[in-house]
Amino acid sequence: MQHLIEMSGIKKSFAGVVALQNANLHIAPGEVHAIIGQNGAGKSTLIKILTGVYRRDAGEVTINGTPSTVSTPREAQDAGIATIYQELSLVPLRSVTENVMMGYEPRTRFGTIDWKAAHKRTREILERFGIDIDVKAQLGSYSTAIQQLVAIARAVSLNAQLVIMDEATSSLDDQEIEILFSVVRELKKEGVAVLYISHFLDELYQICDRVTIMRDGQTVGQRVISETTKLGLISEMLGRDPEEIEAAGMTGLGGGEKAEPGSSLFEAENISTARGLKDVSLTLRKGEIVGLGGLLGSGRTETARALFGLDGLKSGKIDAHGSSGQIGTPAEAIAAGVGFLTEDRKREGIVPHMSVRENMTLALLPKLKTMGMVDRKRETELVERFIKSLGIKTSGMEQPIRELSGGNQQKVLLARWLALEPEVLILDEPTRGVDVGAKFEIQSIIREYVDKGLGVLLISSEFEELVEGADRIVVLRDGFSITELENPGVTEEALIAAIAHHHEEAAA
Amino acid sequence: MTMDNNTVQNAPKSSGPKFDWSVVSRHGGVFALIAILLFNVLITPNFLHPQTLFVNISQVATIAIVAVGMTLVIATGGIDLSVGAIMALSGALAPLIFTSPFAEANPELGLALSIIVPIIVALACGVFNGALVSLLNVQPIVATLIFFISGRGIALVLTNGNLQTFTNPAFSYLGTGKILGFPFQGYLVVIIAICVWWVMSYTVFGRQLLAVGGNERAAELSGVPVKRVKIGAYVICAGLSGLAGLIVVAINSASDAARIGNLMELDAIAAAVVGGTLLQGGKAPIFGAILGAVIIQLVKYTLLANGVADEVALIAKAGIIVLAVYVQQARKE
Repeated sequence: MQHLIEMSGIKKSFAGVVALQNANLHIAPGEVHAIIGQNGAGKSTLIKILTGVYRRDAGEVTINGTPSTVSTPREAQDAGIATIYQELSLVPLRSVTENVMMGYEPRTRFGTIDWKAAHKRTREILERFGIDIDVKAQLGSYSTAIQQLVAIARAVSLNAQLVIMDEATSSLDDQEIEILFSVVRELKKEGVAVLYISHFLDELYQICDRVTIMRDGQTVGQRVISETTKLGLISEMLGRDPEEIEAAGMTGLGGGEKAEPGSSLFEAENISTARGLKDVSLTLRKGEIVGLGGLLGSGRTETARALFGLDGLKSGKIDAHGSSGQIGTPAEAIAAGVGFLTEDRKREGIVPHMSVRENMTLALLPKLKTMGMVDRKRETELVERFIKSLGIKTSGMEQPIRELSGGNQQKVLLARWLALEPEVLILDEPTRGVDVGAKFEIQSIIREYVDKGLGVLLISSEFEELVEGADRIVVLRDGFSITELENPGVTEEALIAAIAHHHEEAAA
Repeated sequence: MTMDNNTVQNAPKSSGPKFDWSVVSRHGGVFALIAILLFNVLITPNFLHPQTLFVNISQVATIAIVAVGMTLVIATGGIDLSVGAIMALSGALAPLIFTSPFAEANPELGLALSIIVPIIVALACGVFNGALVSLLNVQPIVATLIFFISGRGIALVLTNGNLQTFTNPAFSYLGTGKILGFPFQGYLVVIIAICVWWVMSYTVFGRQLLAVGGNERAAELSGVPVKRVKIGAYVICAGLSGLAGLIVVAINSASDAARIGNLMELDAIAAAVVGGTLLQGGKAPIFGAILGAVIIQLVKYTLLANGVADEVALIAKAGIIVLAVYVQQARKE
């Protein structure tokens, strides 16, 4: 069978640094194909070469058997390749119709846009995927999932033969993911190929046919997914022995010695905020990880925001030891020994123009201050130490942080907080969008600090991470803390049951 | 997402030696300056005469001083339209003070007050701008528009719209004094630029200012006092504008509130942009801003010296801004 896309022997380097060497990718028409690999393995670069964002230094690309001349994203679109990015490239303040039709609006005789026809066509396009929404409403008024589906619908309406989905599910909840998957299956039925990039291996088994594995800029394998195991994929991705990985366990958070919980670090009693917290109580003690369990929208991030002084309390109180007064701003929270690693690395974490060094010490500046100046010597020593101890892969501490891979950016941000020597660290999805290897490392670092007495409040959508990592899990639902599970003894099933049980109760 | 910001490299098959445009775009300002200088040496009569140098230094000083302040404000992701009006305000105040009966009686104190008071007033204007922007979340362009309109109005009211002429050699030293043959304000520019550069490179405030401009959310979540830092940028910018207003008055030995600092906001923004400041914030190339100011001054001078009308010079200035922004965009790819 002729391949839809054939990329072979692709080479690419940036300013002398090799990003790709001998990378291959073969996609058959109508198949769902996955690319996996650690951050920095070259997935994004390979795709950007395919979509005309970068030019290859060497190698062949053919589309439908003819050599590709694609050199701009627009030409890729014309050749039938559509890309749905992590960050949507749509216009949230314009209507659904305008977004779907952008650049291809139907015209009236007078050359103006024929809105009636445009709305009608948009509705038809969306109906194919079972989406029934008001196409005249602003796109931004819909959930991320719907917006993503609109982007896909737009791509397909432009006669895409290949839809590339880059981390499409990372901001969706389970139900939304299910809708997305049904759309993927629908695309497949219509003969449209899907190139799927995800850090969630479980997802691949649900929808993908084949998988291409990349490591260090090379294609190291192409497998039919039903013939592989998760462990096999991971070991190939990391280039390690499967048994070794199995012995270590799948997450690095667990395995800490179950020490006697230390003295209490803070207690939140019946807190509520304007942002949707109704009644949450929890305590955190020295040297333990407390997980926040619950579904999207149950109030996990909101709890973190309240504890960090971002949202004012409507009622209840937070008793943080180490702070004399009420925490009302992030600066006060930091002064009280609380750190907050946010979920949205790009929007709330990194300062892209700044170097690794400057990003790492941003929160520490007040402590590095001598007569208004930054103590460069201490700063450099500290950054050097953390780059080493956290294994941050960078060409040097002066490298702009934006050039680092996601996992390494996350380590820098983690170091930003660890450098403060906080008593309490709130981690909101600390390993989201991070590859398997870096994930394990980050989890191990956290565990190491917890063993030394750090108290961690862990928010994670991955039940595995919560169950293996947390000493206790506070289960949230609709802004209420409803129950608490204590390790050892918590299983994923038990956690799911706790969340689900209370949902049934709510329904009853 | 790892490779996003790398430059797109040339196609592999391009043959032969190629002119590397990236060098030009990275040092565009320097190349532009060299080009203008060469042009002038060849075409403009008497360009190499020392007098030409002094005229240009004394004229570029005000643009450069304001441009340094503007660079800080732009680095926070804001903009300050009120610089020209603040110049007018401080420029109108100074003669009022040193021509007052009190100052005539106490010349030294009067002179000191005529410099200190206008600058304090300018700083207060900066506090107002900064407070509107950071405490009330008013868009910077709107917040500073308030003084853009009213600042000059206040200056005109204070002086009844009259041209104030004076003879005060001590005060005029600010604009006409010379050290080792070079204009005093030239030294002032160098000192200010070095001080501000040092602040931006070595102090906590400088680091925090760039962080606020680079990612305000991240800075706030890291405990950076975002509001204070922003107010600081507007205050410094306003203070430097006040100083520039004094220099203009000192050069002319006359104060015309309607004309001091007229269109200065545009020159300062242009100088900052030509110097490589990103309008979205996060970068503060101080010496770049000085370079930008020099380029703008030289283009103005070149056209004037070659008999091109002032109006046409304005168009040329617009051309420079377009070019600078274009080069900036090209560099981002």
